[in-house]
Parts: sequence; C-alpha cells; structure tokens
Amino acid sequence: MEAMEKIIEDATVELIRRAVTTLPQDVVAALETARAAETEATARRELGIMIENVREAGRCALPMCQDTGIPVFFVKMGHRHVAGLEDALARAVRRATELVPLRRNVVDPLTRANTGDNTGVRMPYVTYSFTDADYLEIAYMPKGAGSENMSALAMLCPPVVVGVGIGGSADACMGLAKKALMRPAGSKNPAPAYARLEEELLEQINATGIGPMGLGGRTTALAVHVERADCHTASLPVGINLQCYAARRASVRVYEDGRVEYGGE
Amino acid sequence: MEYHLHTPVSKSDVEKLKAGDVVYLTGRIITARDKAHIRMAEYFASGKPLPFSLEGAAVFHGAPIVRETDGGWEIVAIGPTTSARMNSLEPAVIKHGARLIVGKGGMSAEVLDALREQGCAYLSMTGGAAVLGARMVRKVLGAEWQDLGLAESVWMLEVERFGPLTVTMDARGGDLYAGVRSRVSENIKAMRSD
Repeated sequence: MEAMEKIIEDATVELIRRAVTTLPQDVVAALETARAAETEATARRELGIMIENVREAGRCALPMCQDTGIPVFFVKMGHRHVAGLEDALARAVRRATELVPLRRNVVDPLTRANTGDNTGVRMPYVTYSFTDADYLEIAYMPKGAGSENMSALAMLCPPVVVGVGIGGSADACMGLAKKALMRPAGSKNPAPAYARLEEELLEQINATGIGPMGLGGRTTALAVHVERADCHTASLPVGINLQCYAARRASVRVYEDGRVEYGGE
Repeated sequence: MEYHLHTPVSKSDVEKLKAGDVVYLTGRIITARDKAHIRMAEYFASGKPLPFSLEGAAVFHGAPIVRETDGGWEIVAIGPTTSARMNSLEPAVIKHGARLIVGKGGMSAEVLDALREQGCAYLSMTGGAAVLGARMVRKVLGAEWQDLGLAESVWMLEVERFGPLTVTMDARGGDLYAGVRSRVSENIKAMRSD
C-alpha cells in the first residue's frame, strides 16, 4: 500500500504541473473561435495576447497565469480503498509548489497568515465520488481568485466559463456549479432542456457587450455549463461559479496495478 | 495612439494619454497588492518614509511567481490582479506621487477623481498573460516588506517594453469602463424588452 501512496503522490505532482502549464485544447479552440468573431480591435488584441500566452506557457512548461490558485481536487474512488490518500495529495501539493513552482496563495482566513506551502486546514479541498472502476481518478482544478471573487462585474477576468448548478440543496448546488467547470468548454448537457438553457444563457451573456477584460466586445463568456440535481418542490436553488478563460483542469487515472494514465475526462 | 514611456513618468507624459491608447513601459515597476496598500496607508498616516519612492512611479497590482536563485530572484510568471480591491487605498498612493497604476478590471469613481486631480492614469493589462509578462522583466531590483509573504511583498522590477497596456482611465476623466458599462446596461434593457 505504501508503494501505491507514492505512485499517487508522484502522479499528482505531474498532474498539477500539467494543469497549470497547459490549457485543454477545447478551451484554446474556444478562444480562437472567439477572436475570429470579434470586430473590435481592442477585443481582438486582448484575445490574441491570451492565445499567445497559453501557447508560450505550454512550450516553456511555465505556469500560464501567476495566480496558480488554491488546490481543488475531484476524486473518483474506484472500488478499492486507498489508505493515506489525502496525505499523499497534500504532499504532492507541497512538492509541486517548489517544483513548478506555484505561487504560495493559501492563508488563514482570519489572521491572513500564509501557510507557505499551499496546504493547510481542509486545504487541498477534496470532493469525492464513488465508482466501481478498477482505477482511482484524480482531477485537479487550480482555482484562481479573480474568477472566484465574483461580487461585482469588475472583479471578473472575462472571457469566462460559467458554471451553473441548478437544484439540489444550497451546498450541493454550489458544488454542481463548480463541477460544471470541469466539463470540456462548450460541451452540452445531455438533457435537451438544459442544453437549450446553456445556449440561451451564453447568447445573452455575450449580448451584454462586456467583452475581453471588460473593455467591450462580443466575447464575455466562452461557454456556459449547467449541471442539475432534482430538488425539493418548494425550492429552486441556483449556484453560479465562474472560471477565468485560463480554464485549467487536468485529470489522471491510477490503476490498481500502478499504471498511470493522464488526460481524459 | 501608441506610447513608449520611461520611468520615472512625468506629469506631461501622463496628460498626453487618452482612454483607448496603448502604452509600453520601460524602467521600473513597483508591485503592490492588498497588504502592501494597507501598509502604505499606515506609513502615510504616521508620516514614516516608504522604503521605495512613489515619485513618478508605475504601481503594478499583482505579484509574481518567483524562484530563488543564487543570491537573487527569477521571475517565473507575472500578471495583474483585480484592481477594485485596492479602490479605497489608491487615492492616497496617487497623491504620494504615483503616475501610472497598472492592473485589471478598472477602479472606482473616487480613484478616477484622484487620477484627474494629480495627473495619473490607469492602465489595463491582459489578465493571466503571465508568461509573456515575465519575459518583459529584465531584472529584480529588490523586494521590500517580505514579511507580508512572497505573494504580497513589494517587488521592484526592471522592465523593458512592458505591454501592451491599454489606457482605460485617463487623467482627463476619460473612463473606458464607463462607456462599456452604459452600453452594457442598454443591451441588457433591450434583452429584457424582447
């Protein structure tokens, strides 16, 4: 079991490196489509800089954004329990902080004292789901603050990917909104009514004219993803979580025989 | 218009700039985020001199990812943070001599007033373009207030052709965001009446 822990730790260090230095192809494609559709010079220039930066980050294996976020994991457990999993994830975060390197962003919420290594109380933040697979899947989302402090339009870093959670309970709903951000940019909800809602919201958000960096233009959102859970007859919870255009995500599967496979959904 | 400015930036340099212009900056930038702004306010209140000069300075809202090298620092990535968090503390920084504020997302009406009164401009940098940003940094000249943590310290950076930066709030009261906001509210009104 100790060996498995080490395999997971090493795979997670590499997972974090991949997540902060490369942007999934679906997001790059969405940026390119958006640039082609822009008519305003400022908006085209902003999108052009974003695309060039992403290319260079991948080429040089450097973090595309200085805000490498806080560590957020989504773990799909296979049918076997893995001892020491959370410790292995935390060790991987510490190692990646040194190696990649990541900016040291994690602080105590009240004293604001920096923990120094991007780990801390309930950090990394891990959400679990359970499957019958013969592998453990770890997905990583470096969540920056610009897209998380969403109290006002000015706080955003458009273009954004919009995650909407609808239904469930209040906390489940926010969780769904975050989960929605893990989908490939522009993928559709399998239920037609929800796919239609995604299209309508995207159209309306882009009709506002906020544009890249809030400087005006057609591209305010690259995609809207809606995830749903059924809810109480007396309520309709809606949660919204935004991700900056640097919609970074990566995943890895660790099989019981120790095989490691990066990418995939 | 496109301008190439050098630090220290003069008042007459800033007064030329109009919202929508593009600026490339060469010289020294000073990074300051939330905690550095709070500490500057404390220094201003007590009359204590800052360990760096704001005279003609370009203040950058952001903090780099750094790597420690033999006896120095290497900038790995640098890009802007959301400027609005610094709204309440920025007028004092502008009154103490800053000529350019660089960030993302724009700032409040109070900051726009301070820009006009003092002759200072706000420039927008593309969010997240941190690899390109790091390439335009020639040298780390120093880091003050490292007790605030590496992400909140004040970094003095020598930059070359740092940009393109878009002038979004100028010293004449011009505010590109105000224009976008009014168009956005008209667009939303039109959607609601559909």
